[in-house]
Amino acid sequence: MASLRDIKNSINSTKKMSQITKAMEMTSAAKWNRGVMNAKSFVPYMEKIQEVTAAIASGAQGVAHPMLEAREVKKTGYVVMTSDRGLAGAFNSNVIRRVYQTIQERHKSNDEFAIIAVGRVARDFFLKRGINVALEITGVSDQPNFNDIKEIASSTVGMFADGTFDELYIYYSHYISAISQEVTEKKLLPLSDITSSKELASYEFEPSPEEILEVLLPQYAESLIYGALLDSKASEHAARMTAMKNATDNAKEMIKNYSLIYNRARQAAITQEIAEIVGGAAALE
Amino acid sequence: MKTIKVNVVTPDGPVYDSEVEMVIAKGIAGELGILPDHIPLVAPLEISAVRLLKDGKEDLVAVSGGFLEVRPDQVTILAQSAEKGSEIDVARALRAKERAEQRLQEQRQDHIDFKRAEFALQRAINRLAVSDKK
Repeated sequence: MASLRDIKNSINSTKKMSQITKAMEMTSAAKWNRGVMNAKSFVPYMEKIQEVTAAIASGAQGVAHPMLEAREVKKTGYVVMTSDRGLAGAFNSNVIRRVYQTIQERHKSNDEFAIIAVGRVARDFFLKRGINVALEITGVSDQPNFNDIKEIASSTVGMFADGTFDELYIYYSHYISAISQEVTEKKLLPLSDITSSKELASYEFEPSPEEILEVLLPQYAESLIYGALLDSKASEHAARMTAMKNATDNAKEMIKNYSLIYNRARQAAITQEIAEIVGGAAALE
Repeated sequence: MKTIKVNVVTPDGPVYDSEVEMVIAKGIAGELGILPDHIPLVAPLEISAVRLLKDGKEDLVAVSGGFLEVRPDQVTILAQSAEKGSEIDVARALRAKERAEQRLQEQRQDHIDFKRAEFALQRAINRLAVSDKK
């Protein structure tokens, strides 16, 4: 049986740890709130751009644009959104596992695809396995704004436009609620099924539908990436909050158990001492 | 006087939301003046200032590209970034302008960064112009 001092040490270190996890839980809760708000303020933009894109793509007959057309797939790009740091439960591993499985099912050789990694965890994972990481971005702030991601979003879309990739998929954790996030796969490009729930208006185009699509489609694709990032950030903070809450609860449980063992051991020691004193006194008589 | 609802929306949230009498924007094919009950229209915008006329006053919003969607009762401007004149960070725009100018001098014209620097310069100049008029 462990000595009294050992047990005391375990209690103390577990207490310290629970303080840390508690603090992390609370910072994540604050970030989670902001993250959800950011994701919400993006919704009107996304809805609007979707509506207009749908109106043009479906309304203007005979309008062609490379981004709307499926072509023979020689190389596929996978945009993978993870966090920079761990300690968020299964948040990162869920996304990565899904991507890894998909890749192994769909592709035979490493030349057929490349990864665009958002977040350190994804980058490290794929680099370690010798998988081609075409672009990477780490250190995205917890409250990202569009400028943070603009560079990588436009180069990703650019790589589709110049033929480096013939297909682009995006993988991220879709935020459902504080305790539930779902790994989501979305086909980013080519844009095949743009639909809008709103009633479509028929527009005049100034100067022409082609020139508008030229501006609109890259902007639309970049928005999809940004939207996924916001969604993923909200999920990350929610996942970390839940993970840290569980850690704090477990620590409390452990402290309770250790205290019980400690008190028992203390009681045993006292009983033993008394027995020894009584025994010693009896021997003298 | 008849008014039309104007929304300027960016990925980081709405920037401007108000009823105005007239919207003047610079499309890639030229300046557009939008009055209430305009026919539905979509047009891409230049990096420029959008002018919003209201009660004889003029509000300015600096937009970095994007496009304009018009419906009879509503105008929506979707841009990747947009600022009201009063919200522009002049110091930052000045720094961006200097940086862009420096890059333009260093690089060859066919380089991709040259184009990027050119756009950055346009955006900075646009922001400065809008904030000056305030």
